[in-house]
Amino acid sequence: MSDLAIRVEELSKRYTIRLPGSQHDTLRDTLTDWGSRLFKRAWQPSGSTSERGHSKFDQFWALKDVSFEIKQGEVVGIIGRNGVGKSTLLKILSRITIPTKGRVEIHGRVGSLLEVGTGFHPDLTGRENIYLNGAILGMKSGEISRKFDDIVSFAEIDKFVDVPVKRYSSGMYVRLAFAIAAHLEPEILIVDEVLAVGDGLFQKKCLSKMQDVGQQGRTVLFVSHSMPAITRLCEQAILLDNGSVVKKGPSHDVVSAYLTSGLGTTAVREWDDPEKAPGGEVVRLRAVRVRSEEGRIADTIDIRQQAFIEMEYDVLRPGYKLMPHFQFYNDEGIHAFSAHDLDPTWRGRPRPVGRYVSRVQVPGNLLSEGTMFVGAGLQTIDPVIYEFYLLDLVAFQVHETQGGGDSARGDFAGKMGGIVRPMLKWSTKVSQHFEVSLERQSLI
Amino acid sequence: MKAPSHVIQPDTSLFHLDLPALWHYRELLYFLVWRDIKVRYKQTVLGVGWAIIQPLMMMAIFTVVFGRIAKIPSDGLPYPIFAFAALLPWTYFSEALTRASISVVNETHLVQKIYFPRLLLPISGVLTPLVDFIPAFGVLLVMMIWYGMLPAWSVFALPIFVLLALLTAFSVSLWLSALNVKYRDVKHTIPFLVQLWLYASPVVYPISLVPQEWRVLYSLNPMAGVVEGFRWALLNKESPDFAVVAVSAGVVMALLVGGLTFFNRMEQTFADVI
Repeated sequence: MSDLAIRVEELSKRYTIRLPGSQHDTLRDTLTDWGSRLFKRAWQPSGSTSERGHSKFDQFWALKDVSFEIKQGEVVGIIGRNGVGKSTLLKILSRITIPTKGRVEIHGRVGSLLEVGTGFHPDLTGRENIYLNGAILGMKSGEISRKFDDIVSFAEIDKFVDVPVKRYSSGMYVRLAFAIAAHLEPEILIVDEVLAVGDGLFQKKCLSKMQDVGQQGRTVLFVSHSMPAITRLCEQAILLDNGSVVKKGPSHDVVSAYLTSGLGTTAVREWDDPEKAPGGEVVRLRAVRVRSEEGRIADTIDIRQQAFIEMEYDVLRPGYKLMPHFQFYNDEGIHAFSAHDLDPTWRGRPRPVGRYVSRVQVPGNLLSEGTMFVGAGLQTIDPVIYEFYLLDLVAFQVHETQGGGDSARGDFAGKMGGIVRPMLKWSTKVSQHFEVSLERQSLI
Repeated sequence: MKAPSHVIQPDTSLFHLDLPALWHYRELLYFLVWRDIKVRYKQTVLGVGWAIIQPLMMMAIFTVVFGRIAKIPSDGLPYPIFAFAALLPWTYFSEALTRASISVVNETHLVQKIYFPRLLLPISGVLTPLVDFIPAFGVLLVMMIWYGMLPAWSVFALPIFVLLALLTAFSVSLWLSALNVKYRDVKHTIPFLVQLWLYASPVVYPISLVPQEWRVLYSLNPMAGVVEGFRWALLNKESPDFAVVAVSAGVVMALLVGGLTFFNRMEQTFADVI
C-alpha cells in the first residue's frame, strides 16, 4: 500500500490576467491594439511604450512551486480560502489545463468530479443521460450498463427514467447527477466541492458512498470548504495559501492550524448575483451572517454572550408557507443541534413576494469552546420541498476569556470537552446520612 | 518504482497527435455523436425530413435562378439533377464545417470541467451531419430514376469523395474551432465564409466554365475536386480531371497537418481562455 499514487514536483501555474477595461475578446481589439502599440513605438521610441504595452496585462501565479506526494489508498483533503489555487491544482491534476512549470506523475486511472451533471442534455431522457454522462466521466458503456439499475435506484428516479431531464424537478436532477458520479470507480478520484448541493439526506448518502470508496483502498483527493467533511473523510490534508503548500499532515492538525490561523472562518456569506444564489424559482438565499450580542458582524463570540445567526432571502413567488432553519456542527463534524423558525409572525402563513430576514438567537452559555459551522436551509411546507440546504455556510469561534469564573467552567482551568457547555443548576449540601454510610462501611 | 501511467508537464512539442488517447476515448466520441443525432430533430414536426428539405429547396432555387433565368449550362444534364448531385456533398460540407468550427466553444462546459482529447469535438462535429447524407442520397436516387438515369460502376468511388469532403471540413475546422475559442469573431464569419465558398466551388455552374489556364488555381479549393468527383461518380459524367482531384487532396493534407499542429498548440490554453 506504500506505492505512490500522485507525485507533484514544483508545480507552478501562471495566469495572465487582463486588467479591467482592456478586454481582448474580439479580433478587432487585438488588431487595433497591435496597431496602436506599433504606432506608439514608432512615435515614442523611448521607454514610455511599456506604459501601455505591459501594464494592461498582469501576471499572477495561481500555483507556485507546489510539491507533495500522495500514496495509494490515501484520502487527502485540500483546504484553503477561495482563490488560493485549490481549483487550479485540481484542474491540472485532472488534465484540464497544463502547468506552466513543474511535473506531475500519476499512477493509475484518474476520475475527476469537478462538478456533477457535466454534459447533461435537457432534451435527453434520464436513461440517455446516464449513458452520456457516464461516458463523459470516463466509464465504459459495459460498466454503465452493469451499474445502471444501481444508479437509478440510488437516485430514486425509477418512474422517470424515460422522461427528458428537463421535466425533472431540480432535486431529481441533482440526485441523478450525483448518483452517476457516485458510481464512478477510478483508482484515483479527484473531487471538488460537489457535495455542497442537494438536500441534507441525500448529501449524507453521497458522503457515505464516498467513504466506502475511500475504504476500498482507492486514492481520493478532495477539495472542500467543509472542515467537518474533511476531518470525517480524510486522514491527510494539505493547506494551500497564495498558491503554495502551507501545511501537510494528519487532517485534524491541518484543519485546526487552518482554523486558528484565522484563514478559515467567515462570519458572512453574501450572494450579489441572484442568478447564482442558492435556491430556485420560489426563494433565493441572499446572505447568511453571524452577529454578536451588540449586533455587529462577528466571527468570535464570547462563550457567555448570546449570538444571532440570520439569513436574508428573497421570496420570488407568493403563496408559499416557508420554514427557514439552521444546522450547527462542531469542527469534528458532530451535529450539535438544529433550529427551526418558530416565530408566529409568518409561521404556517403563505408569504407575499419580498425580502425577508430570519434570525435566531443562540443563547450565551450554551455552546462549548471551539468552532461552530452553521448551515442554512429553507423548505416549503405542504408539500415539503427543499429550496436550498447548504452546510457550513458561515462559522464562528466560541471563545472564552479565562478566569472570570462566571461561565460553566467554574474554577477549572484545563481543557473541557463536550459539544455544549450549558450553565446548569447545581446544589451541594451536607448530607444527613454521613454516619449511616460510615457504619455500613465498617461492617464490610 | 514502476513507471507512472501518466505524466503531466508543460508541452513543448510542436506536433503531437496522441492517437492512443483518441482510441481510448472512442466511446465518448460515439456518445457525443449519438447525442447530437438524438437531439438534432427533437421537438420538430418534420424531424429528419429537414435533411432532405434543405437541399431540395436549394436545388429549386438554383434551378430557377441559375438554370432558368441566368441560363448557366449544366454539361448537358438536367439542371435540377446537376445541382442536386453537387448540393449533396455541399450541404454536408457546410453543415460539417459550421458545426465543427463552433464545436469547442459550444462545449465550453465540458472543456472546463472534464479532460478528454479536445480533438473529439471537431471530429464529432464532422461525423454527425453524415447522418443527413443518407436520406438526401435516397432522394437523389429517386430523382435519377425519374430522369431515367442509372448509376454506373463509378458510384463505388463515392466514399472517396465523401471522405475528401469530410477531411476538408475537418482540417479547416481545426483552425477555425481553435481560433474561435479566443476570438468569437470567427463564429460570425463562418456563414459568410460558407457562402463565399459555395460560389468558389462548381455547385451552380460546371467546372468547364472555368478557363483552362485558371483550372489549377481553381482546384486549390478542395471542394472543387469533391463536387466534380460526385458528379462523375453519380451521374456518369465524363471522368473528372484527376489533376484537379489530386491537387484538392494535396491541399487538404497540407491544411490537415497544419490544422493539427495549430489545434495542438492552442488546445493547451482552451480551458483558461474559453
